Amino acid sequence: MAEGTLEVRIWRGGDEGSFGAYAVPARENQTVLDVVTEVQRRFEPSLAYRFSCRVGVCGSCAMTINGTPRWTCRTHVKRVAPEGRLTIEPLRNMKRVKDLACDMDGFLDKWASVGTFEGTATRADPPAALDPANPARQEVDAAIQCINCAVCYAACDVVAWDPHYLGPAALNRAWTLYNDARVADRGAVLESALQPGGCHTCHSHGACTEHCPVGLSPTASIAGLKRASLLSMLKGGRA
Amino acid sequence: MRRGPGWWAAMGHRLSGLALAAFLPLHFLMLGQALGGAEALESSLKIAALPLVKLAEFGLVVALAVHLAFGLRVLAIEFLPWPAKDGLRLRLVYLGLAATALVGIAFAVSVA
Repeated sequence: MAEGTLEVRIWRGGDEGSFGAYAVPARENQTVLDVVTEVQRRFEPSLAYRFSCRVGVCGSCAMTINGTPRWTCRTHVKRVAPEGRLTIEPLRNMKRVKDLACDMDGFLDKWASVGTFEGTATRADPPAALDPANPARQEVDAAIQCINCAVCYAACDVVAWDPHYLGPAALNRAWTLYNDARVADRGAVLESALQPGGCHTCHSHGACTEHCPVGLSPTASIAGLKRASLLSMLKGGRA
Repeated sequence: MRRGPGWWAAMGHRLSGLALAAFLPLHFLMLGQALGGAEALESSLKIAALPLVKLAEFGLVVALAVHLAFGLRVLAIEFLPWPAKDGLRLRLVYLGLAATALVGIAFAVSVA
């Protein structure tokens, strides 16, 4: 597929807008981010999009490619567009700012709303001894690799239906805090995950897990929070 | 957006639930006819023997099986431990579909 031309449609505008059509030379080892960059450099200097590391570390280049949310830097064109046709839009479930850049405030505010790390140790204390074999620590280790790229948030139909739903990334974060032995008030973390739009709003579709570029399972984290809330209720706390 | 098997399982669970909710009042209405005597119930049972009604019954039995299978899937996702590297537990969806197909075939064979 290295020879020929790609038919590329890219969203231009904010929530209101239209697709621009571009003919981009097909190349060997071409990622979707390469295509977007080539369009900006050669045809549309005003095209707005986000990227930083280009190697799947920062999580800032996620977009909707042929209807599926993905990291553009780790998506080879030949894998998603064997016919050479690409439609590139900003991520779903967030306000579109300009072209391929969306406003991530809502996503990040929800992420922060489940709480921050607050321990009890001071700098005078020795570092906490964390046993890697501890089951709770293993839950944290499995979920802590999230880099907030918002692909799961864009893939989630429940977020699309209910704008108050915290979404997979925020609840996955709550699960890591809840299982972290160093967190001072784990009950407060669970309370945060039980706020309106919290873990019980999840319908277990699994779209977050299906699309997570890191291979995490926010569905499992949310299921863990649901179990924790049930145990909390049986012990006389909130459900 | 392309929908995954989990989404279809959730939709099957929801829609079959709605179908059952719509059916149950009719079901109770028919059973309630027995209170008015055997003749009233008998006339209703004659309607139940019509081929189109039999087909609807088949649909309802399958809907019940879908609802049960995908309801159990949700319970398994939320209450059973998650084995490592089994991200979506898709086997539960396919198992539910297989169980539903078996129930549908069993009903069709018993009626035929």
